[in-house]
Amino acid sequence: MSTLQRDPEEQVQVLDENGGVVGEVPDLGDDELVEMYRAMRLARHFDKRAVSLQRQGRMGTYPPLSGQEGAQIGSTMALDDDDWMFPSYREHGGAVVRGVPLTQTLLYWMGHEDGNKMTPDTNVFPVAVPISTQILHATGAAWASKLKGDDEKAFICYFGDGGTSEGDFHEGLNFAGVFDTPNVFFCNNNQWAISVPRERQTASKTIAHKAVAYGFDGVQVDGMDPLAVYKVTRDAVEKAKNPGDRRRPTLIEAVQYRFGAHTTADDPTVYRDDDEVEKWKAKDPIPRLEKFLRETGRLDDESVDAVTQSVEEQVADAIDEAESVPRPEPSEMFESVYAEMPDHLREQMEDFEQLREQVGDEAFLRE
Amino acid sequence: MSLSSADSDQLTLVDGVREALRREMADDDRVLVLGEDVGKNGGVFRATGGLYDEFGSARVIDTPLAESGIVGTSIGMATKGLRPVAEMQFMGFIYPAFDQLVSHAARLRNRSRGRYTCPMVVRAPYGGGIRAPEHHSESMEALFAHQPGLKVVVPSTPSDAYGLLRASIRDPDPVVFLEPKRIYRSSREPVDFDAALPELGEAVVRREGSDVSVFTYGAMVPETLEAAEMAKEDLGISVEVVDLRTLSPLDRETMVDSLKRTGRAVVVHEAPLSGGLGGEVVSALQEEGLYHLEAPIKRVGGYDTPVPLHALEDFYLPAPVRIAEGIRETVEAEA
Ligand SMILES: Cc1ncc(C[n+]2csc(CCOP(=O)(O)OP(=O)(O)O)c2C)c(N)n1
Ligand SMILES: [Mg+2]
Repeated sequence: MSTLQRDPEEQVQVLDENGGVVGEVPDLGDDELVEMYRAMRLARHFDKRAVSLQRQGRMGTYPPLSGQEGAQIGSTMALDDDDWMFPSYREHGGAVVRGVPLTQTLLYWMGHEDGNKMTPDTNVFPVAVPISTQILHATGAAWASKLKGDDEKAFICYFGDGGTSEGDFHEGLNFAGVFDTPNVFFCNNNQWAISVPRERQTASKTIAHKAVAYGFDGVQVDGMDPLAVYKVTRDAVEKAKNPGDRRRPTLIEAVQYRFGAHTTADDPTVYRDDDEVEKWKAKDPIPRLEKFLRETGRLDDESVDAVTQSVEEQVADAIDEAESVPRPEPSEMFESVYAEMPDHLREQMEDFEQLREQVGDEAFLRE
Repeated sequence: MSLSSADSDQLTLVDGVREALRREMADDDRVLVLGEDVGKNGGVFRATGGLYDEFGSARVIDTPLAESGIVGTSIGMATKGLRPVAEMQFMGFIYPAFDQLVSHAARLRNRSRGRYTCPMVVRAPYGGGIRAPEHHSESMEALFAHQPGLKVVVPSTPSDAYGLLRASIRDPDPVVFLEPKRIYRSSREPVDFDAALPELGEAVVRREGSDVSVFTYGAMVPETLEAAEMAKEDLGISVEVVDLRTLSPLDRETMVDSLKRTGRAVVVHEAPLSGGLGGEVVSALQEEGLYHLEAPIKRVGGYDTPVPLHALEDFYLPAPVRIAEGIRETVEAEA
């Protein structure tokens, strides 16, 4: 539990910027470490392809995650199978670790409702676009688990530095403190909320400090160090289930950077300098872990090449699969609004179907 | 001060918004702009582009990410003599501010018996049709039109965006100013910066016709004009199109006058049909014009479902073909 009980200004680190060991390496097997590396490479490659699909008009607006793989993969790998994840909209890398297929993420950003139909047994909530609203759901779900006497599950919730300014952040963490719920609140502090810098969100010295007021542990971690993120998240997950004399919830502030635009609709050169981007790129989580794994004999040129090839194939397959899914049946929009379709909605659907039959789908399509 | 950034003879709707803000800020130093990404970034749609450089960080303010905070502090500012113009990044994200809008901005004058007032504007891009992600395409104007004490304004042309926003900023009461983002950049027109400002609460006839009146607003205005053209060409129907412009208070006089001329009416909006503004328009028309009606009034709207993700949004939004069908039905109906 020691990593959690510290000054919120003190940042947990295991690897330095060059992949050198400066902290205690978490207890992970060789395969798990290589898997961590592969998952990060997969997320990075997926991201690159997704941005280019958007550029080519093959997908809608997309929020890139490059730079944030250490936080996403390090934290999701620290979860147990029965734990639950409540994502924001940028968590596709971590979602894969939890079993959400890339195809599903692609479909969501391609504008298909099925992208939100979470695969059974992944224990991942649908993407939350309205900022920080998911925090309360994570608290409520954790609370329900506790009320039902289940001590076996932790509930992790992701949100950004900007998200800590919303009322829902306060309310979610406050309830968690009061009802001592098994939550891990994971703040991806990537320094920016679109164009607004972290200092404009709070005058608090760190985001981790905020936990003090809610009565539970707050810890800052180098979010571009996947091993440090793993360690801190693992401790928080274990504490959520076996709190001992501590409160169950934890606020983790993972300090990191988004290398790319906020979304494909954003132009970051308007509000930040290249120098700043370069400074943070020196902390890139992927080469950092790769160096560590090579130096400890867990990776070599050959295995790195194999990873490259396999992630490229996996992403290409996912894109093929997503693009082969036809446009949903238009009348699907009337489904799943209520358990039972009310009469007036059925009439609207019937009118719509009748007009479609008369004029054909083309008559509705703009572009 | 130079006010030459926009060429007055070729403005888009979003240019009109920006020019209104610039000129109000230049003319009245009580006016300030606040919101998420409105400063250096100039707004995610660039509606506040250049204002930060021109007026500085004390009057063009990037706030923490908190809509209730933005609107609630704007209320406080307005009571102290400032004229805040708050931006909500998208209408789908206005809900955290709903309490401040309906419980306070809307009621402050009334509950303080006029002692405190709330001259402020809350701007928000609204509506679908731009292939945006989930929660970025809502049309929930009826929620605000339902609240006594708020005015609700929706421009559909660059000139109206300019004139109505300036009029909204000068209005003594809180105005929710909804911008149809789908047509932010779809057309240009000359804007007369020195023309008299339009009055809030006045509708305008966009197209004259004699067989049927279609009442609409915002991004549905161009769609309705296209449908009117289709109805004329295909069926020889003469369609009048009335752009409501202010949804609260409604301009019942212009509405009923038009109905009296045509005897038939259709209402078009992209918001869900049930509980939408169309119901209010129909009520006003029948209360004051029932004896002129020759057919039931038809509503064409978004369906009573959440706005689907963008693969299906073209089927959800009233397309000209659907509006034209509503027009045909109304004109062919036997009284
Ligand atoms: C309630 C709400 N307000 C505004 C937005 C528009 N918006 C989308 S992302 C974003 C910035 C979020 O920044 P942060 O919380 O730091 O997360 P990041 O995107 O950096 O991961 C904003 C303002 C939104 N989605 N929801
Ligand atoms: Mg951020």
